[in-house]
Amino acid sequence: MVRAQPCPDHLLSLNSAHATRAPGGRAIPLWRDVRVLRLFGQIVFLAGVVAVFVYLGRNMLAAMQRQGLGLGFSFIRLTAGFDIGEYLIEYSRSSTYLRAFEVGLLNTALVSVLGIILATAIGVLVGVARLSRNALVQFLARAYIEFLRNIPLLVLLIFWYTGVFLKLPRVNQAIVGPGGLLISNRGVNVPWGNPTGSLPSYLAILGLGLILALLVAFWCHALANRTGRAPLTWLWAPMAFLAVATIGWIGLPVAPLTLQAPALQGLRVVGGKQLTPEFMALLSGLAMYTSAFIADVVRAGLQSVPKGQVEAAKAVGLKDAQVLRLVVFPQALRVIIPPLTGHYLNLTKNSSLAVAIGYPDLFSVSGTILNQSGRAVEVIAVVMAVYLLISLLTSLLMNWYNRRIRLIER
Amino acid sequence: MNRTASSIALLVALALVGAACAPAPAATPVQIVVTAPPGTPQVQVQVAQAPGFGETLAAVQARGNLICGVNGQLPGFSFLDPNGDMLGFDADFCRAVAAAVFGDATKVEFRPLTTQERFTALQTGEIDILMRNTTWSLVRDTELGLNFVGTTFYDGQGILVPADSGFTSLSDLEGGTICVQKGTTTELNLADQMAVNGVTYTPATFDDVNQTYGAYAEGRCDAATSDKSQLSSVAKGVLPDPDAHVIMDVTLSKEPLGPVVRHGDDQWFDIVKWTVFATFAAEDYGVDSANVDDQLATATNPEIRRLLGAEGDLGPKLGLTTDFAFNIIKLVGNYEEIYNRSLGEGTPTFIPRGLNSLWTDGGLLYSPPFR
Repeated sequence: MVRAQPCPDHLLSLNSAHATRAPGGRAIPLWRDVRVLRLFGQIVFLAGVVAVFVYLGRNMLAAMQRQGLGLGFSFIRLTAGFDIGEYLIEYSRSSTYLRAFEVGLLNTALVSVLGIILATAIGVLVGVARLSRNALVQFLARAYIEFLRNIPLLVLLIFWYTGVFLKLPRVNQAIVGPGGLLISNRGVNVPWGNPTGSLPSYLAILGLGLILALLVAFWCHALANRTGRAPLTWLWAPMAFLAVATIGWIGLPVAPLTLQAPALQGLRVVGGKQLTPEFMALLSGLAMYTSAFIADVVRAGLQSVPKGQVEAAKAVGLKDAQVLRLVVFPQALRVIIPPLTGHYLNLTKNSSLAVAIGYPDLFSVSGTILNQSGRAVEVIAVVMAVYLLISLLTSLLMNWYNRRIRLIER
Repeated sequence: MNRTASSIALLVALALVGAACAPAPAATPVQIVVTAPPGTPQVQVQVAQAPGFGETLAAVQARGNLICGVNGQLPGFSFLDPNGDMLGFDADFCRAVAAAVFGDATKVEFRPLTTQERFTALQTGEIDILMRNTTWSLVRDTELGLNFVGTTFYDGQGILVPADSGFTSLSDLEGGTICVQKGTTTELNLADQMAVNGVTYTPATFDDVNQTYGAYAEGRCDAATSDKSQLSSVAKGVLPDPDAHVIMDVTLSKEPLGPVVRHGDDQWFDIVKWTVFATFAAEDYGVDSANVDDQLATATNPEIRRLLGAEGDLGPKLGLTTDFAFNIIKLVGNYEEIYNRSLGEGTPTFIPRGLNSLWTDGGLLYSPPFR
């Protein structure tokens, strides 16, 4: 666009963004200058907010000083003294409080990540089912969504824990499944692999397999570009990887993993991997609850795609499943992603309800640390900071993805 | 440029104003004037007390009732009965303090608290006194800014197991799961003792009594651990089949339970301490709620006379009335009556007195003299 000529002086002042002089050439007085007033207003507001925080902080410090309590993070290095029920990293009663924090954080992260994946999978299925033309399927999906959205999560978790998982048979009368799977109210024990000496070499072989799969994927794409046929990467690359993995397993002198079936020994189940009822109750409760919300978001997204798109796709000859996958879903994603982010954050924060059913997540462990060390302010501050960080990271990731798929309007 | 400079000047001015706002100065020390009894030359002595002295009593009296933090879920110690009254050993001691302060044992507000929130509630001033079967420990006495007034119940930590499990010692629990409450000395002692004895176990920690023993009753855990008094009360009052459970003959630690108050107010500390001692002394001298009126009128033993306020002015020295101990004994009872009402032989939550008897009966209850 070509600018015709510079804006004449006597018209400049009419546009307040450019006004530096009043008509007549005099400077606008400070108390009437809109820019100064705006800046002044912001400074006053900021000062007010800072003053409130300073007052609260001073009040807290004065009260604590009266009690003889101090503020400081040196207690983190002290011995914890208590045991934690489940931990992903090495932990014992002689570990530090810092270690206990980390254990809690990892537990929260585990439940949150698995919960998000599960909730999305179930939510998408139910959301699509909600729009099915089959009356029964649609009714079931609607009932699922309406029921789960309307009960409080805490009630659902407690019901799930005390009413379902704790009511499983006692460990000495456990249900035995295929391969030695044990189901009892101590948890579900699945047969798990025990690493042997040849595991590192097997992992190296798997690495090679991964590289081969990538090469196959590139080759498929190159072939598709040349011939114009579908690349079928999703078929050939995994098959290449699986082929390498199988040949590696058979070819090695000692199998890299030995299957260990869980068995009841005395009071404990030895072998295999144990999923505690607390973990399962929390994961399934969170996943189900959030999936109901995600299902509705997905439905809204699918319904936001204009009907013309579907009709055009059918006119071109695509089948129903292909219409959904290739035409409707990519466009629906733009509407789905922002509220989906919110639900993911909710799931992460809702995982703190683990304290009600005895799962040692970050909030639960920090509650014990708070009680044993007496440092309420520091511990709660750290917990808030950690949850804030997790939420910010999640929303950062989702916003990046959102920016990638949004409609660029010209 | 002019605008920016002026705005910065404004900002600096605001900052100076903000910095000038200083917090309110700390409370001035209370000065106490002590006058000698008539007949001696009048001497005025001014004793400076630490800030905080007298605060709690003044606040309680201004409010008109005592706010007492209790468990609320432990039969025998603090438990809501069907009429909505809080009954139990700890609840009665709360009433004793209220009787001492107001002369009315009903002026108490009970706040049920979980193990997580009990110390924070006391530290922040939400409650005046914590009577929540809390174990006395060094860390709690110092780091938490709290003062343990004394011990009202000498206890030990035990383990509850099903009667048909046949467990008799710690090593029988090898590999087992044990239900325990979060944030308690029980949790720490269990970890310590299991480590010392080389027994591996898995803890299942819960927030409150109902969850802990509910999980144990369902078989989620092989055993539950807590103070023996709590195990006994729970087994008899909360679990569905009391006879199916037994407390192992193992004591993992000492658990002296007693009232807790905040640091900084020595007067309130003394008041609660001497309320507890009044109940010990009353049992020692044979004074109970039935004969206390009689004793006040006709007793000749100077100890009893001083205790009940017939002579001397022990009460005012604490900031209370002279009949504070009389009120405690009349309205709530002496230690024996308090104990027997909630934990005595006729109750469902019977615990033998053991160490909780008078020093003359082989126990640990010993009151300093009331003079």
